[in-house]
Amino acid sequence: MLRFVVRRGISAALLLAGITVLTFFLLNLFSSEVPRRILGEAAGPEQLTLKAQEIGLDRPLVERFIDWAGRAIQGDLGRSWFTGETVVQALGSRLTVTLTLIVCTIVVAGVIAVVLGIASAVRGGWVDKVVQVLGVIGLAVPSFLIALALVTVFAIQLRLLPAIGYVPITTSVTGWMLALLLPVTALAIDIVASIAQQIRGSMVDSLQRDYVRTLRSRGLSNAEIVYKHVLRNAAGPALSVLALKFVGLLSGAVIVEQVFALPGLGQVAVQSTARGDIPLVMGIVIVTAMIVVIVNLVIDIVQVWLNPKVRLS
Amino acid sequence: MTTLEANNSLLPMGQGSLWKRVKRDPLALMSLGLLVFVALAAVLGPFLVPHDPNQASLGSVLAPPSAEHLLGGDTAGRDILARLLYASRYSLLGALIALGTALILGVTGGLIAGYYPGWFDGVSSWLTDLIMALPGVIVLLAARAVIGPSMWWSMFIFGIILAPSFFRLVRSLVHGVRDELYVDAAKVSGVSDFSIVFRHVLTVVRAPIIIQMSMVSVIAIAVQAGLEFLGVGDMTIPTWGSMLNEAYSKIYIAPQGLIWPGAMIAITCSALVLLASAMRDALERSRGASRSRRRKRGPAAGNTRLTSTSVSESTRSVETPESSALEVIDLQVAYDDEAGRITTVVHDVSFSVARGEVVGLIGESGSGKTQTAFSALRLLPAGGSIIRGQVRWKGRDLAALSEKDMEGIRGTQIAYVPQEPMSNLDPSFTIGSQLMTPLRRRLGLSRADARARSLDLLDRVGIPNPKRTFEAYPHEVSGGMAQRILIAGAVSCDPELLIADEPTSSLDVTVQADVLDLLRDLQQERNLGILLVTHSFGVVADICDRVAVMQQGRIVEDGPVRTILRRPAHDYTRSLLAAMLQGREPLSMLTDTGEEGTHE
Repeated sequence: MLRFVVRRGISAALLLAGITVLTFFLLNLFSSEVPRRILGEAAGPEQLTLKAQEIGLDRPLVERFIDWAGRAIQGDLGRSWFTGETVVQALGSRLTVTLTLIVCTIVVAGVIAVVLGIASAVRGGWVDKVVQVLGVIGLAVPSFLIALALVTVFAIQLRLLPAIGYVPITTSVTGWMLALLLPVTALAIDIVASIAQQIRGSMVDSLQRDYVRTLRSRGLSNAEIVYKHVLRNAAGPALSVLALKFVGLLSGAVIVEQVFALPGLGQVAVQSTARGDIPLVMGIVIVTAMIVVIVNLVIDIVQVWLNPKVRLS
Repeated sequence: MTTLEANNSLLPMGQGSLWKRVKRDPLALMSLGLLVFVALAAVLGPFLVPHDPNQASLGSVLAPPSAEHLLGGDTAGRDILARLLYASRYSLLGALIALGTALILGVTGGLIAGYYPGWFDGVSSWLTDLIMALPGVIVLLAARAVIGPSMWWSMFIFGIILAPSFFRLVRSLVHGVRDELYVDAAKVSGVSDFSIVFRHVLTVVRAPIIIQMSMVSVIAIAVQAGLEFLGVGDMTIPTWGSMLNEAYSKIYIAPQGLIWPGAMIAITCSALVLLASAMRDALERSRGASRSRRRKRGPAAGNTRLTSTSVSESTRSVETPESSALEVIDLQVAYDDEAGRITTVVHDVSFSVARGEVVGLIGESGSGKTQTAFSALRLLPAGGSIIRGQVRWKGRDLAALSEKDMEGIRGTQIAYVPQEPMSNLDPSFTIGSQLMTPLRRRLGLSRADARARSLDLLDRVGIPNPKRTFEAYPHEVSGGMAQRILIAGAVSCDPELLIADEPTSSLDVTVQADVLDLLRDLQQERNLGILLVTHSFGVVADICDRVAVMQQGRIVEDGPVRTILRRPAHDYTRSLLAAMLQGREPLSMLTDTGEEGTHE
């Protein structure tokens, strides 16, 4: 188990290193235009050169990268070219909002999906139909469009919920929940449907297995067999679906945040890309890639724990 | 939104038959029709409307639909219909660029990586992992910081991000086909690698790629609209996303502006998703129709469906005194399929197993012997039920018992030893926990007692190191060990009767005799009755007191083993015996052993 975690951790680190190198060089390919963008059309050539020196554009790319990477390892991702604020500072609070949104979505979606998945595997009938319809909606309608529909109906027409804005949980718990209700719903539909369908499929599959019959032959109750054995064996595939969906969830969150004007990564991403604030953009890419890689790593480890067969290989 | 789902499960199939099947599905046809309509609107629409999509006129601000402006005007006084049609054109073009890029990169890469394992495979798979760890929208925002607001470039880059979904699909499909015989044959006959890939491999991956294309298009449309909605796109060209952006900024004035572009995205994407799922269904239907049918029916309730309405009116007269004997009287077992057809697999079977007696039930695959055995435990596979007859046990008719009452009998009174040891242990739980659970639930033992008893049982069935096996997972023990463990599990709650379904036939020849010895020892030690299902007269001769010979769902002959072995009365019995004496199994055994156990 430990050896697996170490090996998996090393390959995750390599992946992150690859992403870092690639992003850094691609982002800095066209950075010669940046001083002009910062200073405006009126700036003279001397001012431009000075600015370029100030943000380090005069040095060779490789040298800049080594410099950046050396400090990044110590947790310093540089400073914004425009505001002078450190990248870590600029991203810190935004990251909290985005992560809150994502974690809430996964928790809420996970719970609902497990309930729906079990219900449609064991009972079938209308639950099955609901899950199927949700599946089509979730796949076909982008989450931000669902968000727009929710805002229009619940915030604008019915005036039941706040349309925009974020309330930290430390300020007001109910305010926080109300602010997150619509964004989480918009993001969760796709995840609920795909996980529920996966759970249903693997449970129906597991129920036909020989060992289920043997467990029944021991006189164990249906509930024990379904909730302990069958569900445990369906958990692995469901987690794989979550791993697959996670990257998309992050993308969706960035856009959905804008619908609800949540001060998350999406907001800072839009601002910094419009200005060409490379250090900030670089920081956003690295941080999000790190989140994805870590989540995948954790899911892989949980998978191994769930499925003892993998442990040996 | 950028979820990349590799449909590895899809088996190859030609394109022609895919189209033929989809053609018959009304939902798929409707989706296809909608897509054609949207495409036509995007291509021809802009030529048909007289208005410029960007031309604003104060007079038309929020104008209601009229002959001049069929859908009215937007908040800036531009013609909504004109904007919508141009937006459809640009949005679809953008999606097409992404799709095309992904298709070219992913399919070529996947073909090469799948066909030539080597450095290219390694590098491209690593790149795929790398790309898949990046959220598409973030990358596109970053790209915009470098190349400026160009929708065309964004969609080209997004194509690269989407390429892994094709790459993985194609690579795994090609991996599967590469070693197929016909590809080998083509190689041997000197066909070049290029034409092998083109002729054989590409035909195989075609249908799954088409399905993946519609799913990737959905993602491309969604992400493109999302980016434009963020307002980082090129604002000079109308797209569905930019229309949404403008409408959303004026949502308090004119929320209706969201409807048209939103509907276009939802309709187009839904049509693509429905089409993809119809195509997937068609593909899945084309392989193993029978298997999927059996699966679909499979909710847990399947086993509890045993109805016994007709039981009460049948042979009531046979009242046996309360003895520890299993008595099967005129048993009839049938399966119904989805079409409502009923197939009877066991006809009028009667026999009995007394306490301490070993009764063999012999026959070839499909003779109904396993179905008969499962009926006694009421563990028939989904769709099967006892439609007539009784299974009498201790004065009760098991066929008429509630599921709850039946649970009380299983394990503690009648237990089961399965055929295939490895698949009958839950792979996710340790052997110890699988042994302990019934002891704790059924006999109410404490954790420590259950543990001690499990270890004793493992020792009793001849496991060399009970402690280690107790902590092991099923995949860590051999088949012979697993069968001993299952026997330990069967006798753990002190049953009076064992139902053993071919307990030795999937074991190595060398351990078969040991397992039979173990069964016989346990039988004598605990005075067990055993109903032993087998296809081998060798096993019958070894352990049984009496035997019933089954053929095509009926008992054709039964009696003491000695008598039957010496003077078989029925031709079928004779042929089974002859097969054993010639040292081989009846031919039909070999042809369909895959069905054994589940649907005999």
